[in-house]
Amino acid sequence: MSLTEQQMERYSRHIILEQVGGAGQEKLLASKVLIIGAGGLGAPAAVYLAAAGIGTIGVVDGDKVDLSNLQRQIIHHTPDLGKDKVLSAESKIRAINPDVEVRTFNMRLRADNIREIIRKYDFVIDGTDNFPAKFLINDACYFERKPFSHAGILQFDGQLITVLPGQTTCYRCIFGAPPPANVVPSCSQAGVLGVLAGVIGSLQATEAIKYLLGIGELLTGALLTYNALTMQFRKVRLDRNPDCPLCGKKPRITELKDEEQIVCDLKSCKC
Amino acid sequence: MNLVVNGKETNINDGLTVSQLLVETNVRMPQMVSVEVNGQILRRSEYDQTILREDDKVEFLYFMGGGNVTD
Repeated sequence: MSLTEQQMERYSRHIILEQVGGAGQEKLLASKVLIIGAGGLGAPAAVYLAAAGIGTIGVVDGDKVDLSNLQRQIIHHTPDLGKDKVLSAESKIRAINPDVEVRTFNMRLRADNIREIIRKYDFVIDGTDNFPAKFLINDACYFERKPFSHAGILQFDGQLITVLPGQTTCYRCIFGAPPPANVVPSCSQAGVLGVLAGVIGSLQATEAIKYLLGIGELLTGALLTYNALTMQFRKVRLDRNPDCPLCGKKPRITELKDEEQIVCDLKSCKC
Repeated sequence: MNLVVNGKETNINDGLTVSQLLVETNVRMPQMVSVEVNGQILRRSEYDQTILREDDKVEFLYFMGGGNVTD
């Protein structure tokens, strides 16, 4: 594949970079990235990856755009209220860059459908909001040996790590299993600074691009934490855990299963 | 003795275990924290027996969801 004249101009600020060049841009145009969750993290990631000319972007989300999303989910705009998030995201990606092929998955991923979807992509971005989904993505990417970026945000804090499954520290190396019910507040209960999602989601997109181009050092074997109030970034080194139930020496997880949805046991809760 | 907890110099009593440090540093919900000492992640069952030493680097790592929060 060679770049057209229009593409030479569109991507000129990439092409001028020694680490990217025309060859790098062609690589990006031939790459496939899957974004799971078109929310706070997935929105900025999708926007930047579209602008960067990632050839194929898959977007997975089973929700519709809600008014309370618009404070941070910048791929969705006011006229999109009530629309399927994947369709709202698709139209923005196409408007940003017609070079990108968009594939939409209006669904929730489960143990019985995730592997065949992620298999077709070069890199996965976890932009989900809940722990069963985060563990499912981690495990599925391990079984498919698919590199991915994990991230989480809450209030003014965010964190992310890139995982090359079987080679570098995974999410289960750090956390083992989902937390007990009601221990960890969600963003809807505890709040989140909208722009924080933009910072962390953009970092996830950066990792995807670096991985696809094979440049720089990936954020593997270390968790990057960020606090928006103190403006402190910290890179916490994390070695692989020999006791990891998934990628440790004696794995206890040998096939993909859904983690149980955390059952709400708050008395006042109507769920 | 001095430790580094989440990047901050912290002075604690000698002989403190990881469990005691969690209490001492007012970690409100220890169930949502994963503890790493000098780059190694500890098992929860090791918190009571792991005695901290001068200059240990301790990290409390928190569960964070986030992203798409419409559930």
